[in-house]
Amino acid sequence: MWRYALRRLLQAVPVFFGTTLLIYCMVFALPGDPIQALAGDKPVPESVAQALRARYNLDDPVLVQYAKYLGGLLTGDLGENYTGQKVSEMLGGRWTVTASLAVTAWMFELVIGIALGVWAGLRRGRLADTLVLGGTTLLIAVPVFVLGYTAQLAFGVHWPILPSAGTDEGWPVSYLLPGIVLGSLGLSYVARLTRTSLAENLRADYVRTARAKGLSRVRVVGRHALRNSLIPVVTYLGVDFGSLMGGAIVTEGIFNLPGVGQQVFQSIQLKEGPVVVGAVTLLVLIFLLVNLVVDLLYGLLDPRIRYE
Amino acid sequence: MKIEDPAEPAAGPVQTTAPTTGTAPGAGGVPAEAVAEAGGLVAGRAASLWHDAWYDLRRRALFWAPVAVLLLVGTMAAVPGLFTGRGENEGCDPNVAKLGPSGAHWFGTDLAGCDYYAHVVHGARPTLLIGVVVTLFAFAIAVVLGMLAGYYGGPVDTLIARLTDVFFGLPFVLGATVILVAFPGHGVGAMTLVLVLLGWTTMIRIMRGQVIAVRDADYVQAARLLGASDRRIMTRHVLPNALAPVIVVATLNVGNVIAGEATLDFLGVGLQYPEVSWGLQLNQAQSYVIDHPHLLAFPAVFLSLTVLSFLLLGDAVRDALDPKLR
Repeated sequence: MWRYALRRLLQAVPVFFGTTLLIYCMVFALPGDPIQALAGDKPVPESVAQALRARYNLDDPVLVQYAKYLGGLLTGDLGENYTGQKVSEMLGGRWTVTASLAVTAWMFELVIGIALGVWAGLRRGRLADTLVLGGTTLLIAVPVFVLGYTAQLAFGVHWPILPSAGTDEGWPVSYLLPGIVLGSLGLSYVARLTRTSLAENLRADYVRTARAKGLSRVRVVGRHALRNSLIPVVTYLGVDFGSLMGGAIVTEGIFNLPGVGQQVFQSIQLKEGPVVVGAVTLLVLIFLLVNLVVDLLYGLLDPRIRYE
Repeated sequence: MKIEDPAEPAAGPVQTTAPTTGTAPGAGGVPAEAVAEAGGLVAGRAASLWHDAWYDLRRRALFWAPVAVLLLVGTMAAVPGLFTGRGENEGCDPNVAKLGPSGAHWFGTDLAGCDYYAHVVHGARPTLLIGVVVTLFAFAIAVVLGMLAGYYGGPVDTLIARLTDVFFGLPFVLGATVILVAFPGHGVGAMTLVLVLLGWTTMIRIMRGQVIAVRDADYVQAARLLGASDRRIMTRHVLPNALAPVIVVATLNVGNVIAGEATLDFLGVGLQYPEVSWGLQLNQAQSYVIDHPHLLAFPAVFLSLTVLSFLLLGDAVRDALDPKLR
């Protein structure tokens, strides 16, 4: 188990460096001079420009810049913006918003998705199954921004049940509608994965044995069939948490939530490289860590899986 | 298999003396007669798999419905003139902007007073084109890299797996925005490139898994014993037997690419004004949806129906190809 965890952790290291280097090169390959962008149309005095360039390591080759950046990152320093603002301060409060949104969406996927999947899986080929399959296919097909505006029009404007913009009412009320919209895609996949996996496992020998032992239906489904069926679901949920954090940008825009996505989107357009790199680096880190945890969870779910 | 014995010595020595150069003429010259039986067997089996699938598919309503929608949208993309007499951004009158649906304008008019129906018809082309072309490129990359990783294993596999992980971990919208902002123009070409760059990882894992499952099958061992080159084993024996699930995922992927493209258009970093696309229409509609819901509804319905059709088609093909699910 520990050796496996260590090996996975070591595998994540080159991926971390690869992804951050890739994003770093992409961001700093952006055309335009960030120092000039600070001053708008006015010319920047050469001495000022030189001082700023030296301060932000802009004269170094990209690889050296990247190394210096990583050095700062390892000591917990995300660097600063070209106007001297600390990136960690710019993003600080916004992480709470994005994380609250992602967690709301994730909980929604987890609870409703698995419940729907179990409902459909137990009634395979019957009305419940058809309803869940049809409904989730529809949800997958409708792009998230269409769903967002429709939900906002329906539940925020025509029948004002839930707050449809801003974070004034705090968690969870303000995050319910955007969370449901953001989580609807993942919910569909979770429900379908649970359904298929459960329906398959219900025919397995060990489930028949459990039934033959006279165990109650709840115990057979809950302890024997469902636990093993959840492996693909947990894998998906792990991968999806990362994409929820990164994909929250569209939902944040529609529901006017001041999250990381909004900030990064603005920063990309203003060529504020340090902010973009800082936020995306943290997103990648979260993605890698969640996936590592998911891999280690397999053993808890399915006792047949052993890590050497 | 006995019939092939006479050809065996011819292929054997070539294989042992010069594995890389010798295989090229071997793969080009021998197959016609000598490997005809083995090749015929594989082709026959693959054909019967697809034949069975087709037999199963043509009786399904859930196959024909998406096909009908896609044919309609495909015709819109190929010959928009059949559906509307107006060209792109043609005959716009700002005096009649944002009208609701009526006899003169079936889908109403947009912000600039252009006929919305004509707009929706012209929007089909870039949307479909990007969806299909991106998937074809991603499919090609996935088949080649997935085959190499699965067949050779070891360091090649590790290298490709880590490379896939690097791209897989990038958040899609943010990654695409960063690249697109660096592009001077955001035409169909730039969009295709970006979507391929961020989307090639989806199919590769499935391809790799399939290749590993097929790699050690008896018929592959037999081909290897007969002296077939790696290239021949990969293209003639492993590929046809590993492809089906990848094709299913590719079909589903077209829908996802279309949705992703629309998202980038919607955010304003995708296709730009003189271009017409459903995502772009939704982008322009976003500030007016409360008072003019038709601006949201029509492109959204077409976009969702197209994505839905690709998803249903993929599902139907998967059900037909995988007898275990029946």
